[in-house]
Amino acid sequence: MNIHEYQAKEIFAKYGVPVPKGKVAFSVEEAVENAKELGGKIWVVKAQIHAGGRGLGGGVKLAKSIDEVRELATEILGMTLVTHQTGPEGKLVQKIYIEEGADIADELYLGVVLDRAKEMPVIMASTEGGMEIEKVASETPEKIVKVAVDPTIGFQGFHGRKLAFGLGLPKEQVGKFIKFASALYRVYMENDASLIEINPLVKTGAGDFIALDGKMGFDDSALGRHPDIEAMRDLSEEDPAEREAGEFGLSYVKLDGNVGCMVNGAGLAMGTMDTINYVGGTPANFLDVGGTASAQTVAKGFEIILRDPNVKSIFVNIFGGIVRCDRIANGILEATKLVDVHVPVVVRLDGTNAPEAAQILKNANIKNVITATDLGDGAKKAVAAAKGE
Amino acid sequence: MSILVDKDTKVIVQGFTGKEGTFHAGQCIDYGTQIVGGVTPNKGGQVHLGKPVFNTVQEAVAATGATVSMIFVPPAFVGDAVMEAADAGIDLAVIITEGAPVRDMMMAKAYAVKSGMKTIGPNCPGVITAEECKIGIMPGMVFKKGNVGLISKSGTLTYEGANQVCNVGYGITTAVGIGGDPIIGLSYIQLLTMFEADPQTEAIVMIGEIGGDLEIQAAEFIKDNVSKPVVAFIAGQTAPKGKRMGHAGAIISGSAGTAAEKMAALEAAGVAVVKSPAEIGEKVKEVLSK
Repeated sequence: MNIHEYQAKEIFAKYGVPVPKGKVAFSVEEAVENAKELGGKIWVVKAQIHAGGRGLGGGVKLAKSIDEVRELATEILGMTLVTHQTGPEGKLVQKIYIEEGADIADELYLGVVLDRAKEMPVIMASTEGGMEIEKVASETPEKIVKVAVDPTIGFQGFHGRKLAFGLGLPKEQVGKFIKFASALYRVYMENDASLIEINPLVKTGAGDFIALDGKMGFDDSALGRHPDIEAMRDLSEEDPAEREAGEFGLSYVKLDGNVGCMVNGAGLAMGTMDTINYVGGTPANFLDVGGTASAQTVAKGFEIILRDPNVKSIFVNIFGGIVRCDRIANGILEATKLVDVHVPVVVRLDGTNAPEAAQILKNANIKNVITATDLGDGAKKAVAAAKGE
Repeated sequence: MSILVDKDTKVIVQGFTGKEGTFHAGQCIDYGTQIVGGVTPNKGGQVHLGKPVFNTVQEAVAATGATVSMIFVPPAFVGDAVMEAADAGIDLAVIITEGAPVRDMMMAKAYAVKSGMKTIGPNCPGVITAEECKIGIMPGMVFKKGNVGLISKSGTLTYEGANQVCNVGYGITTAVGIGGDPIIGLSYIQLLTMFEADPQTEAIVMIGEIGGDLEIQAAEFIKDNVSKPVVAFIAGQTAPKGKRMGHAGAIISGSAGTAAEKMAALEAAGVAVVKSPAEIGEKVKEVLSK
């Protein structure tokens, strides 16, 4: 799960990670009120969406008067912001953050992420703030300092010194930076974060460090023990079809092709998409029915797949382990009653209770259902059906 | 021969009396696995599926001599259960539970390594030595005895791969589902080492996924250390960048961890890479009949 910048900064502040003063607004009037309340002479108006690259896309702008705050708020609220992370369709801006202007002397980068190879969190810092960190990593990797923190000992002074001296900070700023990084590590661990990025982390004219931006993602498996974070979930940022699928225990991702897929297990689902591609077709979606598929969930799966007008055939590929094939077969029968399945459905059922499932489908004799003997056979038949062959 | 487990392996089940634990422990017993007991706190002294229940892993190990634990406890308790098994001197913990928090696994794995306990999973189908010992949730009938070792991140692709190997007339020594979470136990390199040393195993099937770089490390390792033929498939060639595909681990960020990169690294290491899992069986046949 991801959260907005303003929410990440609320969490930062609780842990003593310095952030500029700011307030979220849902309307132009509220934005103006916020700016007056914050005072000062410069404000930043920032679009709040779950994607990076907002500045380049025109979603972050500087205002030098209250009138300008009003102008910019009117412009940004309700705009469809397109960045390199939103995809070409962009994202609708429904809230903005009004923040006091900062006195920027220098821009750094600081992030915390899991290093899967080392099996511990790694803190990454760079002097190249304000740039895409992926670009820094590929072009000037020597400008990134990485320090892995063994979670069984936690963040120690030496971790901080490796970061601060690695960045070449002047000695009067080393202590402040270590304190900042240490607090950020606590934010990461205590909230079960999966990612934190501060880009840029600003060094002010007075030599203080402030998180000018904040991006946080969380380990979905740990949300159960963080009701406060779960409450920050913004459903409008999530794809409605993916969310609906999730409510039924399905995992769905829409793609651009025309062969719908319904598969059990994430690996086999990707393998099925790859096979469709390999035999000359294009997958319309990723859909994992999970380990507890019932007739209802299968019917729901058909409904979601068929909402995509590009879908010309559906390939149901089940290798039953925990999932029993007879249940899937019944689900297909159920689905044809509940949903208008108007495209050919190629069915391959193997593993637990496959013979019973084959019998169920045979007895039902549903039009549009084509049976397949194995994965390759099924993929070929589904691709041929999508082409109208 | 086989790796990790065989017909003599004594297994206990943590989370024995729960719904999942009960169903799958029963299936394992039917398969012939020596399930010698289970652990459910506060239910010690009861008998479940004809086997004794203990309050702690320590008591279960002392009474049964078990060396392997199959873990089915709910996600929030997995870390604790793994550490308890390590503390009790278990050699191998097979963690089936899906959805364990990453932070818990990070801590539990570190403690397991320190204690000398091997782990498999979490979020995996388990390990099976064909026709001897099944520790997990895989459909046992798919795995016929034979000479091919199998390592897979994905559960259902484990079944798909094994099924194809058996359909072309070969069979499986041991199959291990390593799981696709960010923190996992035994991985490709350790298992490739074991299969290389196992006289019964003549070829190895390796199934990977997008995300992370475990397959790249495995490719490096295979180049210098594995003499047996390896057939590999990497799922996710058609996955869009940055989209989460069910498994928490299967996230591509930037250029690291794409299927194309992994396939190229494996090919460069002399591995026979297939583009579709539907080709695994035929490719195994090809490398074994050379």
